[in-house]
Amino acid sequence: MEIFNYVFMQKAFVVGILLAMVIPCIGVVIVLKRLSMIGDALSHTSLAGVAFGLIMGINPVVGAVAACILAALGIEAIRRKLPRYSEMSIAIIMSAGIGLAGVLSGFVKNSANFNSFLFGSIVAISDMEMFLVIGVSLTVLLLFLLLYKELFYIALDERSARLAGVPVKIVNFIFTVLTAVTVSIAARTVGALIVSSMMVIPTACSMQFSKNYRQTVLYAIGFDVIFMIIGLFAAYYLGLKPGGTIVLVGVVFLLFIFIGKKLLGVKG
Amino acid sequence: MNAIEMKGLTFSYGGTRVLNGVDLTVPQGSFAALTGDNGAGKSTLIRILLGELSLTGETGSFKLLGKDIRQFSDWKEVGYVPQNGMDTYKDFPASVEEIIQANLYSQIGLFRFAGKKEKEKVMEALCEVGMEPYRKRLIGKLSGGQQQRVLLARALVNRPRLLILDEPTTGVDEKNTEEFYRLIKNFNRDEQMTVFMVSHDRKRLAGLADTIFHLEDGVMKQITTQGEADCNGDL
Repeated sequence: MEIFNYVFMQKAFVVGILLAMVIPCIGVVIVLKRLSMIGDALSHTSLAGVAFGLIMGINPVVGAVAACILAALGIEAIRRKLPRYSEMSIAIIMSAGIGLAGVLSGFVKNSANFNSFLFGSIVAISDMEMFLVIGVSLTVLLLFLLLYKELFYIALDERSARLAGVPVKIVNFIFTVLTAVTVSIAARTVGALIVSSMMVIPTACSMQFSKNYRQTVLYAIGFDVIFMIIGLFAAYYLGLKPGGTIVLVGVVFLLFIFIGKKLLGVKG
Repeated sequence: MNAIEMKGLTFSYGGTRVLNGVDLTVPQGSFAALTGDNGAGKSTLIRILLGELSLTGETGSFKLLGKDIRQFSDWKEVGYVPQNGMDTYKDFPASVEEIIQANLYSQIGLFRFAGKKEKEKVMEALCEVGMEPYRKRLIGKLSGGQQQRVLLARALVNRPRLLILDEPTTGVDEKNTEEFYRLIKNFNRDEQMTVFMVSHDRKRLAGLADTIFHLEDGVMKQITTQGEADCNGDL
């Protein structure tokens, strides 16, 4: 196929499919913890880190990772202080992140570089960035598998998980860092404004069919990989922006699933 | 030995005193119940029993299964059945067997998945509460009564010495409530499992519990033993 004759498209598929496998792993847990908007808060805050990196002359991805980790820890700290209003923690950090990104972006000399983080640039990533995505993705996947049952129980019922012996605080901390790192890396490739959709939409699709937690995770990964492949093909052949196209493919899938279930009279 | 032993325990949130010198003794193997109006301090007492609230700066003492609560760490000996499982698990995509298996965490251990032995324990717990045909079902697809039985099986799968239930039959119909209480009583009688249950259902408690405690404005006011409640269930 012509599309695979280009090195930049080969890289886009490698990076895209890896991210499509990793992002739903984080996304399923986030959705089940009722923190769906956390991806938005982190990705917006990552822009503040990007701007800071560009101003200071350091790698913007490193700046994004640092900003995301700080934001994620901030969300977790506020969530613990206000457990009944946990969504407020996300709104506070997101506002702070957007505000900071807005102010700092005014000092960035090369605005094109900054803007590439808004919608991503999966077809323009360097070799170094590709290896970074591969390394981070494999690490996140491995840790997700190792902490699979801990993350499941915490998402289900944090109190019972603690009574059963799950080290809730440590696992929550590791998961927070994993989320932050995943969002930062994904922001560079698929876009800061888009990454949270890649967490939530495949999970929403998956939950329409799954009969247990394991299926929910596997189906969400499957859906995200499909969205990524169709999105990249569509972007290439129709001349569209890849980040937005991938998300729109997901939204169309979800709509078809809802309509299909309604027409077939399937409950739930 | 006493499963729960509180002597003159106080607890305050900020400057507001919620528990005011609570004395509570529940012998091992007995069935104790706690009643009280909303805001009486029941939820705080449950949180203390589950080790969620620090007692630093408070007066009085609290021993759980013979150990001072500050040194207590063997939480798998304590089974817990929450209230309102139905709201919590309504749309959660987990099967009944996954939920019960999760509670075998300390037996499965870090970085391992459940093996044949753990799966057998899950089946055994499900059989005990009559829910084995539902093991592959999504928890959210079950009725309120069935969900509470699943949560009971989750608590029982570790064979705890103390079972704490927090208003377990809220929103559950009469028939299923009756069946649920019968199961609890059987475990208490046949396995000498200590039961501590918070409930508003005074009428039923009178025929079930060995001891009924009543919490009012942070004070343990009345203690009634079986048979002392009148025909209306009033204390």
